[in-house]
Amino acid sequence: MTTAHESETTKMQVPVKPNSLADVAQVLRTPGTKAIGTGLETRGIHAWFGKHHALSNISLGFAAGTVTALIGPSGCGKSTFIRTINRMHEFIPGAAMAGEVLLDGKDVYAPGTDVTKIRLQIGMVFQKPNPFPSMTIGENVLSGLKLAQLKVDNKDDLMQECLERAGLWSEVKDRLGAHGGSLSGGQQQRLCIARALAVRPQVLLMDEPCSALDPGSTLRIEDTIRHLSETMTIIIVTHNMQQAARVSDYTAFFLSEGGPGQMIEVAPTSDIFSRPQDQRTENYVTGRFG
Amino acid sequence: MSTQELQIPLPREITTEPRRSDKIFRGVVTIGGLSSLVLLGLIALFLGYRGFEVLRQEGIGFITHSDWSISTDDAGNVIDSHFGLAAMLVGTILCSLIAVVIALPISVFSALFLNFYAPEWLKKFLITVIDMMAAFPSILFGIWGFLVLMPSIEYWAKLLHRYLGFIPIFDMQVPVFTRSPFVAGVVLSIMIIPIITSVSREIFSQAPLDRIQAAYALGATRWAMIKAVVIPHGRSGVIGGAMLGLGRAMGETVAVFTVLNIVFQINWEMLLGAGGNVASLIILKFGDASPYEIKALMAAGLVLFLLTLLVNGLANLIVKTTGKSGR
Repeated sequence: MTTAHESETTKMQVPVKPNSLADVAQVLRTPGTKAIGTGLETRGIHAWFGKHHALSNISLGFAAGTVTALIGPSGCGKSTFIRTINRMHEFIPGAAMAGEVLLDGKDVYAPGTDVTKIRLQIGMVFQKPNPFPSMTIGENVLSGLKLAQLKVDNKDDLMQECLERAGLWSEVKDRLGAHGGSLSGGQQQRLCIARALAVRPQVLLMDEPCSALDPGSTLRIEDTIRHLSETMTIIIVTHNMQQAARVSDYTAFFLSEGGPGQMIEVAPTSDIFSRPQDQRTENYVTGRFG
Repeated sequence: MSTQELQIPLPREITTEPRRSDKIFRGVVTIGGLSSLVLLGLIALFLGYRGFEVLRQEGIGFITHSDWSISTDDAGNVIDSHFGLAAMLVGTILCSLIAVVIALPISVFSALFLNFYAPEWLKKFLITVIDMMAAFPSILFGIWGFLVLMPSIEYWAKLLHRYLGFIPIFDMQVPVFTRSPFVAGVVLSIMIIPIITSVSREIFSQAPLDRIQAAYALGATRWAMIKAVVIPHGRSGVIGGAMLGLGRAMGETVAVFTVLNIVFQINWEMLLGAGGNVASLIILKFGDASPYEIKALMAAGLVLFLLTLLVNGLANLIVKTTGKSGR
């Protein structure tokens, strides 16, 4: 009696819904039409750490105004890949790369390129919120201008605009003079997004921006991402497939099978979650491994 | 049961019984930790005990007057004596300040170079060289300062005097440029560069990587990143390093003794060949001092000891008050 009853409630509580991620992804927005730039393309990217071949032959196009999610198990080279895009990869001793990263058709690794200008055009938000603790909230937002020695006419307007776009303005407008470290983790991460926006990048790279945050803050940042994609190209690394389904237009699946990380499949997000072409992608998105 | 009021208990006393091995180890490290304190205390006690008679005799004049004379009769009894350290104290402070002013920028720049600009092989090589500099005997610095540095530095001293002479410390009445506090300060600065460099390098290398990357990702040049992240992070540590250097410069004996012309007259003119410091006074007088003069030298030692303590205390205070920002 009791066992039958229990199994019945279990069934009712957990309805079988195999394509739930795809259903989430079906509610799609159209890519932003007001985006700056003409998008980004990578051709045959390889990356090494010393002798270790970490990433093999990644060719991906990112159309202006789209959100692309990079998913895959840990250690498959997703973060390494986005760090080759804004040339942060080269800071690691022994790191090397091959291939081309084309921003508006120009290779960011071309000799004579001013790397600081590249990083102004391709902004980055890190996994762990990293505001400058010695600066106030307001100074943090504008820190990119100071670091890159850019001039703007109206700093206060820019500060407000960036904080609004990052969804933080209403929470901090009365304490812009407080130190960045006094905010909660989620607020700090949105402050870092606002800071990245202030230099007006055309591409924003986000390396697991929500992995250190609580669900409430995560939803807020996803909201922010959707708003931002109206005007810029976003590439987001995430371990959370729900998040990929919620925010992205395209999803690329990365995997390392013992060797260097490779891109297995890239497709519109709803396709990745409803009818993946590769068996390995299907195994991953249905939770059979990873 | 339910109607009974909840008895709020007293907090329990929480005790732990460490193992015997842990107790033994605890004892060993406690002895090690306290021994430096005990030694320092004993030295202070010894200096105070030996110098007490002179200190009582001279009173406050011991640090405000500038004579050092003693006359004895044939039997060796003291007839008359005047001991005053003022000139030596001024000299100590002047020489060590010159040393820090010269050494600090050089040390900070070399620490920044080693951490952020030097290729790996050069970095390793330079660190070894700088560490060797710290272990170099101070008498050799003194002799080198006397034989090599002094003749060539006269030219710079004259330049300073000619163009900055309107500032009192660069002014001088009699043109005697050799054996001046300036020369001693330069020699001392070379001696304290290693310690300030190594403290600064250590603190700069601890600048948090995530903030460094944040700065680069915002389009910062290397120098902009250093200004925004590394220097705010390292400021208090650098001040601490400078104070350590200052302490070393104040206590330095042989190098100063070799270079400096020791004169018992207060002299703030750093280019003039007259000065002294407390430690070099002690080495100058110690060899042929009568028992009573020895007591005076012990009292001088105590004053130097207290001055060093004061500077270190000040350093701690500065580090604490400026330490919070940037971390």
